[in-house]
Amino acid sequence: MTGDTHSSPFDAGAPVQTVSREVVVANSQGLHARPADLLAREARKWQSRIELVADAQRVDGKSILELLTLAAEAGTRLVVEATGPDAGEALEAIGSLFERNFNEHTNGPES
Amino acid sequence: MKFSDFVAPDAIRSHVEAGTKEGVIREMAQALVDAGRIAAADLDGICKAIMKREDLGSTGIGRGVAVPHTKHPSVNRLVGTVAVSPRGIDFESLDGEPVQLFFLLVSPPDRPGDHLRALENISRQLRDESFCRLLKAAKQPVEIQQLLEEADSHGVVS
Repeated sequence: MTGDTHSSPFDAGAPVQTVSREVVVANSQGLHARPADLLAREARKWQSRIELVADAQRVDGKSILELLTLAAEAGTRLVVEATGPDAGEALEAIGSLFERNFNEHTNGPES
Repeated sequence: MKFSDFVAPDAIRSHVEAGTKEGVIREMAQALVDAGRIAAADLDGICKAIMKREDLGSTGIGRGVAVPHTKHPSVNRLVGTVAVSPRGIDFESLDGEPVQLFFLLVSPPDRPGDHLRALENISRQLRDESFCRLLKAAKQPVEIQQLLEEADSHGVVS
């Protein structure tokens, strides 16, 4: 008994890790097309499944179309959930996008 | 929000003639002028503002769909229109594919929520692949209008 319960990375049944955190849509224009694009691009960099959860909705974080269906206005609280081998890093990267307001000025002239 | 809340029926186009990004934006904005939804005097300013927004990142959101838009002080409510380019236009889309289906939106600067709800409606309805395909295949503006009405009445109203 080695006590090693970790599967090899090549094992399809490798244990998956799910991590989540709450984020707030802080930019005044809400989660419109440009931030949704940035978010989906970031999410697609990771192997993990990334989902965003609003009150009654759960959407694929890698799909801009799905993200736009959240119609998340400024102040909306969302939960980001990452499941997979790089879930922790993915979550950190996505959380940081929200913290940086998707690099938008709060009163940017363009949406 | 429903399509009928922001799409000007008279400005719908089933065969845009333009072959470029800027061209299709101008053609759609001109259609809004012709339909009396925006003033002719604002045409240039609105087109410029939309192109400026495109410079920040293409609004070609994938699946052959683009949502060029801008805020503009000349409108007091959200106005928009729909156009189809059967052959497709290079729109520097996020997925690199040409765009056949366009939703152009002009919204008042102080109404970011309306803009978001219009985007929400468009993206939610377009998840239905057959709706998307039927719109792109429409032969007449009236067909597009009927498809939008159907989506408005049968889709999940938010």
